Amino acid sequence: MSESLAAAPAIIHSATTGEDWEMVIGLEVHCELATATKLFCSCPNQFGSEPNTNVCPVCLGLPGSLPVLNRNVVELAMRLGRALHCSVEPSVFARKNYFYPDMPKDYQVSQFDRPINVDGHLDLPDGSRVGIERAHIEEDTGKNTHAGAGGRIHGADYSLVDYNRAGVPLVEIVGRPDIRSGEQAKAYVDELRAILLATGASDAKMEEGSLRVDANVSVRPVGSTELGTRCEIKNLNSLRSLGRAVDYEARRQVDLLESGDRVRQETRHWDEEAGRTRPGRSKEEAEDYRYFQEPDLVPLAPDAAWLARIDAELPVLPAERRARLAEAAGVAAADAAVAVDRDLDELALSAIAAGADPSRVLTHVEHNLAVEGAADLDPGHLAELVGMELEGKLTATQAKQVLAEMVTSGQHPEAIARQRGFEAMDVGALESVVDGIIAASPAEWQEFVATTDEKKRGKLTGFFTGQVMKATKGQADGRAVNVLLNQRRAEADT
Amino acid sequence: MSTAADIARAVRAGERSAREVLDAHLEVIDTREGEIHAFNLVLADEARAAADEIDRRVAAGDDPGPLAGVPVALKDNLCTRGIPTTCSSRILDGWRPPYDATVVERLAAAGAVTVGKTNLDEFAMGSSTENSAFGPTRNPRDPERVPGGSSGGSAAAVAAGFAPIALGSDTGGSIRQPAALCGVVGVKPTYGLVSRYGLVAFASSLDQIGPFSATVEDSALLLEVIAGHDPLDSTSIPEPVPPLVAALGEGVESLRVGLITELLGEGISPDVADRVRAAATTLEAAGAVVGEASVPAAGFGLSAYYLIAPAEASSNLARYDGVRYGLRVDAPTVAEMNEATRTAGFGDEVKRRIMLGTYALSAGYYDAYYGKALKVRTLIMRDFAAAYEQFDLLISPTSPTTAFRLGDKSEDPLSMYLNDVCTIPTNLAGHPAMSVPFGTGDAGLPVGVQVLAPALGETTMFRAAAVLEASAPTLEERSR
Repeated sequence: MSESLAAAPAIIHSATTGEDWEMVIGLEVHCELATATKLFCSCPNQFGSEPNTNVCPVCLGLPGSLPVLNRNVVELAMRLGRALHCSVEPSVFARKNYFYPDMPKDYQVSQFDRPINVDGHLDLPDGSRVGIERAHIEEDTGKNTHAGAGGRIHGADYSLVDYNRAGVPLVEIVGRPDIRSGEQAKAYVDELRAILLATGASDAKMEEGSLRVDANVSVRPVGSTELGTRCEIKNLNSLRSLGRAVDYEARRQVDLLESGDRVRQETRHWDEEAGRTRPGRSKEEAEDYRYFQEPDLVPLAPDAAWLARIDAELPVLPAERRARLAEAAGVAAADAAVAVDRDLDELALSAIAAGADPSRVLTHVEHNLAVEGAADLDPGHLAELVGMELEGKLTATQAKQVLAEMVTSGQHPEAIARQRGFEAMDVGALESVVDGIIAASPAEWQEFVATTDEKKRGKLTGFFTGQVMKATKGQADGRAVNVLLNQRRAEADT
Repeated sequence: MSTAADIARAVRAGERSAREVLDAHLEVIDTREGEIHAFNLVLADEARAAADEIDRRVAAGDDPGPLAGVPVALKDNLCTRGIPTTCSSRILDGWRPPYDATVVERLAAAGAVTVGKTNLDEFAMGSSTENSAFGPTRNPRDPERVPGGSSGGSAAAVAAGFAPIALGSDTGGSIRQPAALCGVVGVKPTYGLVSRYGLVAFASSLDQIGPFSATVEDSALLLEVIAGHDPLDSTSIPEPVPPLVAALGEGVESLRVGLITELLGEGISPDVADRVRAAATTLEAAGAVVGEASVPAAGFGLSAYYLIAPAEASSNLARYDGVRYGLRVDAPTVAEMNEATRTAGFGDEVKRRIMLGTYALSAGYYDAYYGKALKVRTLIMRDFAAAYEQFDLLISPTSPTTAFRLGDKSEDPLSMYLNDVCTIPTNLAGHPAMSVPFGTGDAGLPVGVQVLAPALGETTMFRAAAVLEASAPTLEERSR
C-alpha cells in the first residue's frame, strides 16, 4: 500500500550491464524519551553528568533489585505511537539476553512479540508514506570508553563503563522497508524528529545520541518485488551520514551482485571520513537472544480512558499542518514544508486569511524569515506589507528590509517604509532611467534584442537591471524594470 | 527456648531484655554451630548492638514492635546493607549490598534482631544444602543427615534453637521441604504477598520469601510482619495483609479438606503417606469434611519446573560476569574474562541449570521446551482451580521421604530433583502452602504435612496448621 505512494526511487544505473537497480531501505530509529527519571528506577534521566552518578541498585542491576515501570514512559510512548498512527496494544516486556559489559544485567528489558505500538505510518513532505511496523519500549545500555588503541575495543589498554545511560527509556521505531532513496531516508528521519519534538516525546538530538538511526539496506533489479539480502548500517551520526551511507551501501551491493558475488547479511559500520561502510559482526554467526517474558514486570494494558486522553491532547502534527497551509495557499504540500519546519505556518495562514497573496507570503517565509522572533510577527502587518509590494509601493528589496525591521521592532510596515524614505518610483521616472541606460549601452542592447539564446538574454537582463539599480540606488522595482526591458525589446523587434 | 511470640511479649513488657534473649541464643550457637554449620556468617556484634538499642527504646517507653528483641536468622540470599550476601557462591566473593531487602527493613522496623546469614544450596538450587560453596549444613535432628534445601541453614537454625524464627526463600519447595526434614514449620506464601525486593533472584516467577519457626503462631506473626504491598516490587499484591495470628484459634469446623491422590502414590515413602493420612483423620476429628482431591497435571509439575526455573535462572544469573562486583578472574578479552569468572565462580549444579535453561530458551527449542512448560503451568493452575471449587484446603506430603544421609543423592541430580515433587505444583500455581511437623516416620525422623490453599488463602491455611500442630506428637531429639 505504502509502496504505491512512495516518491520516485533513486535508480542505480549500471554502466557495465545496463541494468537498473533500486535500493530498499528500512530504518530502525532509537530515541531516548524525555522523561525526568529512568525507565525502571527514580535516577535522573540526564545527559552529560559525571560518570556513574545517576545510578542506583536497580539500573546497576545489582542482585536482588527489581524494576518498576515509569508511568510517564508509557505516556510518552503512547503519545508517539498515536502520532505515528499506530494502534496501541496491550503489551508485555521481554528479556533480550546477551553478554555485554555496558549492560548491567547482561539482558536488556525490551518488548518482543507484544509491543505497545503496532502498524502505523509516517507521511513525508513529498507525499510518500512509510509504514511503521512497531514502536516499542526498551531500556538503554551504559556506555563503554576504551583507553588506548584509538578508542577501539581491540587492543585497548583498558575499558571504562559509564552506567548513567543504563536504564534510560528508549522507544525503538521500526520502519517498514518502504524507503527507496537516501534523500527519502533523510526526509523520514527529519519528519520523525519533528514528530518527536511536537509530541514532547524526545529532544531528538542525533549529536547527543538521543536519536540513533540504523539503516537496513538491500538492492534489487527494478521491477522485482522480492527483497534482496540486507545489511544493517550502524554508526550514522547525522542526516548527512545517513544519506551518504545508504547511497554508498546500495552502490556497493550492486557492484557485488554484478560481479557475480553475493551480499552477506551482516552489520556494517559507516566510516564518515573514509566515506564507506565496513563490515562489523556477521549476522550469520549472531547470537540467539533467547527472548522470554520479563517475570519481574506485569503486562501493560493502558485503559481506554488513558488512551482517549492521549488522543485528545495530541498536538497537530507536521503532516496535517503542511496540508492545511498547502490548501490555504493553493500549493503542493511539499511547498508548505519550510513554513511548518520553521513553525511559521500559523503566521502564514493568518496572513493569507487577512487577504495576503499566498505565494508572496510563502516566499517571505522561505527566504526572509529564517530569524528568531519571526513567529511573533503580526500577521496583519505581514499581509499589509505584501499588499504594499503588490501595489508597487515597495520593491522586493525594500520589502525585505522593512520585513526585517518589522521582526525586530514590531512596527507597522507603512511606518517603517516612511521612516526609511522608501517610496516607489513613479512609472514615468523609471521609464526615463531605463531609456537612458539603453541609450548608453547600444552594443549590449543590440545583442539583447537580437539573441535567441535564453542564457545570453538572461545574462543581459541582469546587466541592464544592474545598471538601473545602480542609477536608482536600489529604489527601482526589479520586476518593473524587467517588464519595461521586455516591452522595449518587443518595440525594437517590430 | 521460648517462642518468638513469648519473647516479643516479654521484651515489650520490659520483663526480659533483648540482650539477655540474644545472649542465650548466641550461647546455643556457640555450642552447636560447629557441628551444624547453619550459618555462613554469625553477626554477634551487630546483633548485640541492635538488641541493646531495643532495650534502650523499651526503657524509654517506646514500643519496638511485634518482634521486639526476637532473634532472626536470614537466608544468605537476602540483601543486607554493608553485610556480605553470598548466596553460598564463590561468584559473589566480597560483595556487600548497598541496600537492605524490603523484608530486612520490615524485620528491623518490627524490632527483630538479625543474628546471622544462613547457608543454602548455591543460589537456592538444591534440596539438601550440599550445593553450598562453603560446605553442607547438617540436620540438627540427626547430623548424619541433610537438613533439606535450599533453605537448609534457616531450617536448621530454627530446629537447633539458634533463633526462634528465620526467613528462607521457596522457588520449588526450598522452605517447606527443609522445614519438613528438620521438623519445623515452614511457609511459602502466595506469590506477591511478600516483596521480593532484595531477594537475589533464582527464578523470578516462582521465588517467594517465607517464614520458618518452631510454632505455627510464630510463622503467622512473622508473615504478618513481612507481608504487604511494596512499591519496589511490581509483582507485589496491592492488598492488605490477611489476619493470621488472630484467626489461629478458629479451628477447621466444616472446612472441606482434600487429600491430593496424585501425591500419595508411587514415589512417596509409606511412612510419610501414613502420617499424611493421620493428619487427614485429625482434621476430620476436628470437624473438617475430608475427601479425595485430584490435581491431574500435578504429575507434570516437576518436568515443567525444571524447564521454567532454569530458563529464568539462566537469565537472572547472567549478571555475574566479573565486570562490576564479586569474583573476577582476569583474562585477555572481556568474553574470556566472563567465561573464566563464571567457570571458577559457579558450582556444578548452578552450571547445570544455566545450561538447561539456556537450551530450553534457544531458538528452535523454545516451543518444544520452555513454551510447552508454560502450557503445563497453565494446566496445573486450571486443575488447582477445579480442585478448589470442591475443597477449601488440600493436604499432601511435603517431601516424599524423611531426611536422607549426606552424600546419598548428591551424585544423582534426578533423584535429588524428585524431592520437590510435592512442593513444586504450588509454586507453579502461585498459591500458598506450608509444612507442619506431624510426628515421625520409620527412623524416628520428622515428617512434614503440607497444607495447601488457593491464592491469598493464608488465613484458612494457618487455621488448619494450628489444628494439626495441637495434636501432633512431640518431636524428640534422636539419640545419636
